[in-house]
Amino acid sequence: MGKDYICIMQLHTSVSENTLKAVLNEFIGEIYQRPPLRASVKRQVRIRTIYYLNLLEVQSNLALFQVGCQSGTYIRKLCYDIGEALGCGAHMKELRRTRVGPFSEDQTLANLYDLAYAQAAFSGEGSETHLREIIQPLENGLALLPKVYIRDSAVDAICHGAHLAIPGILKVETGIKPNTILTLFTQKGEAVALAKATMATEKIMEQDHGIAAKTIRVIMPINTYPKMWHTSKRVESSKNKSKS
Amino acid sequence: MRPIPWEVKRELLIKAEEETNPDYGCIPEKRPIKDYIKYGVINLDKPAGPSSHEVVAWVKRILNLQRAGHSGTLEASAGEIHLCPAFFQSPLKKLQRSYNPSS
Repeated sequence: MGKDYICIMQLHTSVSENTLKAVLNEFIGEIYQRPPLRASVKRQVRIRTIYYLNLLEVQSNLALFQVGCQSGTYIRKLCYDIGEALGCGAHMKELRRTRVGPFSEDQTLANLYDLAYAQAAFSGEGSETHLREIIQPLENGLALLPKVYIRDSAVDAICHGAHLAIPGILKVETGIKPNTILTLFTQKGEAVALAKATMATEKIMEQDHGIAAKTIRVIMPINTYPKMWHTSKRVESSKNKSKS
Repeated sequence: MRPIPWEVKRELLIKAEEETNPDYGCIPEKRPIKDYIKYGVINLDKPAGPSSHEVVAWVKRILNLQRAGHSGTLEASAGEIHLCPAFFQSPLKKLQRSYNPSS
């Protein structure tokens, strides 16, 4: 999931705006980054992508910038590295995350007071409206992953952990390659599972049989849709045997 | 250079047509309120100060939930946008980990 941040960086000496801009531009693209001391991951150098890095304002030794980056990029470390590149040193002063994947600071943003108020309205007057405004369906969180819409008859098999076969597919989004993580949706727009593609969009459109994606995480509970698959006779007979 | 994930445009191709049976499942927005909360996410404006972990605990207490999670920690001092899936098994965190933008 990509992230977007607004950050205030404290420079340790004053630097001209042009120099700062030039150095910031160098950080756009792929960068090497070693996670900071207090990090939640193993401290080894990793490659992260900085999509953009825009200087918004400079005031004495403070620089305000906006950065779009790949998840796992440490902004505190980025500020430190920018300081090193400038030669004067710098550190992060304030930070606000303004985007996580599909979620940004738009009308869906709510704070804890809003949530408490909505819950009070619900438990007090039974009004669902406010809660429904603040809470979104989990499907919204998956908006950036490519989607595959499947037949009703394939849903319960997927819920039981089966892989997605071509005949179960109704619609498929462009840009899928082998190993792309995708979401499987019902025609009603409910998320069924996450799966890893085994073929590209073009191949999925061409083929009429075979496994198109391997299920990696089931979201929908089983038996939401009817079971439409048949157990083979051999399995049935072995089941009967184990019973008797 | 990789494209910005939230700017990637995709097109939906139709392979086959079929009607869905209205007797099963439910459009996400129309779920009964209990399920709606259970399978919900919140775009939450976390104040600077409390940690993500604390904020999740508050959300759980406000909504009387057994399980909830969040999808990414920032330092406690940072204000952030952050999601609290009020999810029954809160797999969202896992979802996001498993999302590999390189593929």
